[in-house]
Amino acid sequence: MRLGPLVFERRSAPPWSWTLVVSLVAVAIALAMAGVIFWSHGVSPLRAYGVIFSGTLFNARALPEIVRNAIPLLLAGVGLVLAFRALFWNIGAEGQILLGATAATWVALFSPIPDRVKLPAMFIAGFIGGAVWGVIPALLKLRFAVNEVISTLMMNYIALYLVSGLVHGPWKGPEMRGFAFTNAFPDTARIPMIADTRIHWPTLLLGLALAAGVAYLLARTRAGFEIRVQGENPEAARYAGIDPLRTTLLVMVIAGGAAGLAGVGEVGGIHHRLLDPTQISLGFGYAAIIVAWLARGSPLAAIGTALFLGLIFASGDVMRVALQMPARVTDVFNGLILFCLIGSERALYWRVRWAPGRAGPVPTRAEAVASETPGGDQ
Amino acid sequence: MPSAQPPDRPAPPLLLLKEITKQFPGVVANDRVTVEVRAGEVHALLGENGAGKTTLVKVLYGIHQPDGGEILLRGKPVRIRAPRDALHLGVGMVPQHFLLVRRHTVAENICLGLSGTRALFPSRQVERRIRELGDRYGLGVDPRAPVWSLSISEQQRVEILKALLRGAEILILDEPTSVLTPQEAQGLFAVMRRMTEEGHAVIFITHKLDEVLAVADRITVLRKGRVVDTLPARAADKRTLARMMVGRDVEFRPARAPTAPQGEALRVEDLWAQNDRGLPALRGVSFTVQRGEIVGVAGVAGNGQREQVEVITGLRRATRGRVWVLGQDVTNGNARAVLEAGVAHIPEERLRAGIVGAMSVAENLVLRRYRYAPFSRGPLLNPSAIAGFAQRMIAAYSIATPSPRLPARALSGGNIQRLILARELSGEPALVVAAHPTSGLDISATEQIHMLLLRRREEGAGILLVSEDLDEVLTLSDRIVVMFGGEVMGIVPAAEADRERIGLLMTGQRP
Amino acid sequence: MEEWILNTIVRGIALGTPLLWAALGEVYAERSGVVNLGVEGMMVLGAFAAFALAQATGLPYLGLLLAAGAGALAALLHAFVVITLRANQYVSGLALTMFGLGLSALLGRRWEGLPLLSTLPEISLLTYGGLALAAMLWGVLYHTRWGIIIRSAGEAPAAVDTMGLNVFLVRYLAVVFGGALAGVGGGLLSVAYRPSWTEGMTVGLGWIAIAIAIFASWDPLRAVAGAFLFGALFHLSFRLQTWIAPEPLQMMPFAVTILVLALVTRRGGAAQGMPEALGVPYVRGES
Repeated sequence: MRLGPLVFERRSAPPWSWTLVVSLVAVAIALAMAGVIFWSHGVSPLRAYGVIFSGTLFNARALPEIVRNAIPLLLAGVGLVLAFRALFWNIGAEGQILLGATAATWVALFSPIPDRVKLPAMFIAGFIGGAVWGVIPALLKLRFAVNEVISTLMMNYIALYLVSGLVHGPWKGPEMRGFAFTNAFPDTARIPMIADTRIHWPTLLLGLALAAGVAYLLARTRAGFEIRVQGENPEAARYAGIDPLRTTLLVMVIAGGAAGLAGVGEVGGIHHRLLDPTQISLGFGYAAIIVAWLARGSPLAAIGTALFLGLIFASGDVMRVALQMPARVTDVFNGLILFCLIGSERALYWRVRWAPGRAGPVPTRAEAVASETPGGDQ
Repeated sequence: MPSAQPPDRPAPPLLLLKEITKQFPGVVANDRVTVEVRAGEVHALLGENGAGKTTLVKVLYGIHQPDGGEILLRGKPVRIRAPRDALHLGVGMVPQHFLLVRRHTVAENICLGLSGTRALFPSRQVERRIRELGDRYGLGVDPRAPVWSLSISEQQRVEILKALLRGAEILILDEPTSVLTPQEAQGLFAVMRRMTEEGHAVIFITHKLDEVLAVADRITVLRKGRVVDTLPARAADKRTLARMMVGRDVEFRPARAPTAPQGEALRVEDLWAQNDRGLPALRGVSFTVQRGEIVGVAGVAGNGQREQVEVITGLRRATRGRVWVLGQDVTNGNARAVLEAGVAHIPEERLRAGIVGAMSVAENLVLRRYRYAPFSRGPLLNPSAIAGFAQRMIAAYSIATPSPRLPARALSGGNIQRLILARELSGEPALVVAAHPTSGLDISATEQIHMLLLRRREEGAGILLVSEDLDEVLTLSDRIVVMFGGEVMGIVPAAEADRERIGLLMTGQRP
Repeated sequence: MEEWILNTIVRGIALGTPLLWAALGEVYAERSGVVNLGVEGMMVLGAFAAFALAQATGLPYLGLLLAAGAGALAALLHAFVVITLRANQYVSGLALTMFGLGLSALLGRRWEGLPLLSTLPEISLLTYGGLALAAMLWGVLYHTRWGIIIRSAGEAPAAVDTMGLNVFLVRYLAVVFGGALAGVGGGLLSVAYRPSWTEGMTVGLGWIAIAIAIFASWDPLRAVAGAFLFGALFHLSFRLQTWIAPEPLQMMPFAVTILVLALVTRRGGAAQGMPEALGVPYVRGES
């Protein structure tokens, strides 16, 4: 297909560079659309983005906040990268985060576990809590064919009310201005932070280790091989004798557990208590979907995309304070970015060439491959 | 070109397909095909798979656009750009794979998008017409029945009624009897004769000689995209037609060393199985494959070959009968068990099931054996072993790829097939099940693959070769099993196999 | 005791009305073969639009009209991305929900928490309208020629295409229609059921509406039963809070949704009555 000097051709396997370009353009379009919305709201987009940049990227004190946000995004995001690679559409990271937070709170405040091992125990408990919450929808899908998008989403709401119930009920601590929360965690249950910042570094290290670990799993282990085959071509997986039950369960244990760890980080590192659920996860679970989608299947790339989403969250904070926007402004960004990313996927499979004056498109090798078998004649 | 025969009936040519040419990448499906169809006749298009029959009618029906030639309706040239145009001009098609909404009733299916139906309760309105036409043509079917409850032959009637209700004068039937029992086929022929009595023209695509002689008025035989001849049915007989369909015996057969039987690689006994629709696809199939021989399975696609391969390789359950591989009973084992018994499987749909397109060539090469040493050490893969293996295979099987890390889908079809062969044959399997191993490939790739299979045979493996290409089967096989309708029509040793004989068996004739 | 039951029924119908409108919309969209997970976002946008216009003009019905428009517009975006660009239907809807929640919060900032002055009664014309709509949609779906086309688009789009009809147009219309109804459903929340504006006031009702569509086997009349049942369930969970802690009761509708979905799904792996081509972008020539 030609459009003047530009030739559009199909291709089957986009190289990294093109994927990056398309992603960047999609994000740029999303940000432009967000700008329009700000403008309609009476805030000049230039001013809005100016405030964002000066408040985040160009502000030394704000940079650590980007990292602080990136920690739960990275943990949950890496888990989702794995889940999506196995074609399990886990929308329940939000609930899995909450369950991890709950389990960690139990260890911190209500368990007989000795002080010295409280922190490791919190992480372990959090992983288990998230994993359980993730495995339930997996079993529902495998056994009852319940669509995992809806079931994981419902589990989010159930988790929300679970935490709310605990915080307002049996685990209630001191109350302040109508907000309920538990008692503060003892010092032994607080995750250490880098001085003068809110970066709880053990969790960060866990996140980086998980990213590396999942990358290793996918690339170098038998289980990872099976997950990749299952996700890419379930038909071929059958032919190769791969069991879909085992691969899906493994994937959801890891994805749920990773999100659980994110929850541990939030209560153990930032808040030091279990709060009203909307305070714990500011939509990290949903934003992790974007982290994973942008990372296009690479756990290591999730490190970068988690930082980017961390920036988005920090920008939301800045806009809240400086421009009096509501907290949900980040959802505007998130929604638009995800939407534009989805919309841009088709562009990945096209190539644009600059070819003025040529007679017509030359079929590429990929096209020749794709159309090798003659149109079905019997 | 139509032969110079006086017209059997003084009817004007209703439809003329003139010098139709249609190409796809790598193949010419129709090469200057001219077919003339008259009102009130049943005109059969006869030929093997790949002869160009379906492509031709898809051109007529507007699904494909011809690269050359023209279509004339009552002497006037017409452009058919989409099925809607064809319907408008009075051309209707009953496809081989029905396009019906199974959940809806017959009437609802027929009045889908039918112009002239009223908005409210449209199905009631057409019910009467359905019954009328049903009586007139012998296509009785209950308009209120949901389609899923109908038998295949009744569903076919719905497709025919769909076309008739839209005013089709020319009706195309694409392999209509491939899904019918012999009795139902007779019923269909009666319907076809009724239609011609009413003045319609019927284009009847088939590969079955009996039927052609039973119902056609004139027959056009196609072979490899070209018209061989057009002749009136009364002037034809089975032997002539078979010879026209499959051509003359001139190909070179590679030298084949005779091998002594070395024990059984595969034994299939009284195998029964169902296809995806729950109908019997295999009806008591029995044969053996010895080590050191190639057994070819000949037959037109859809006669049970696919299901047979799937049962043998553990991808489909048998309802009756047994399968032994190298003396071991593997009936209804899963794919992994069959693999571990020493069976290699070259799958029919190489792109869909044979490779994982996004994964690398090297990873695809170990797709079936990744969990065993040396490719795995415990839970971890052994990348150097895999890479080394990949290099050796790429060299040994001449897989043209710049790197073993390239995603497999970037390879050409021939190289993908070499990859699959490398993967399957490198383990020195005792039994190789190869389904259409060279379909869609060019001559050099085909030759290479033939060489590989013959080499495996000399090294003592038994090979079951399923192919629609009769030439290939004749070239490679030591013995030929001919399948028709899920049954074995005959097992012919190579020395006694010639095209005519096999052709007749393929079309359901027991000698 | 009687009064209690009567009360439950009335409040059930009251909350069931917005649920019904949204569920009917999703039924039609999914019948044509497109999954729309953006219902929650379209509802909240509709809720905001209706509130804002009703607040400004004093005309709640006008507000509902705008709500329909807002929902339809959002649905148009979804339709473009999933039908024309053939993108993943599930994620597209999710993105729109996120966006809808954020946008409505942003735009509704200055009315946060404010009550609406010119409201509609809980059981208004739109309740009866909803019932009438359900009956009409049922009639159209099963007894008219357009209904056959819509249903066929969701079951066997190739059959529709070969008959010369425009599958894409049918799907576009169904999705946009569904979005409009979702918008009205949301509008009813902010204008009739709980006349006010709070960000995120749909509290997951959009997801429940989608589940109702599945639970009702994509039948508009059954959706009525489903919507009112869930409405009653929500009310019960609220009522019982005087005796039982609120949170387990608040969980109940969502847990029930999962339960219901598990029961409704057949061994074949699909819910009973699910349109065969649901969720799969249609590509001509690939039937």
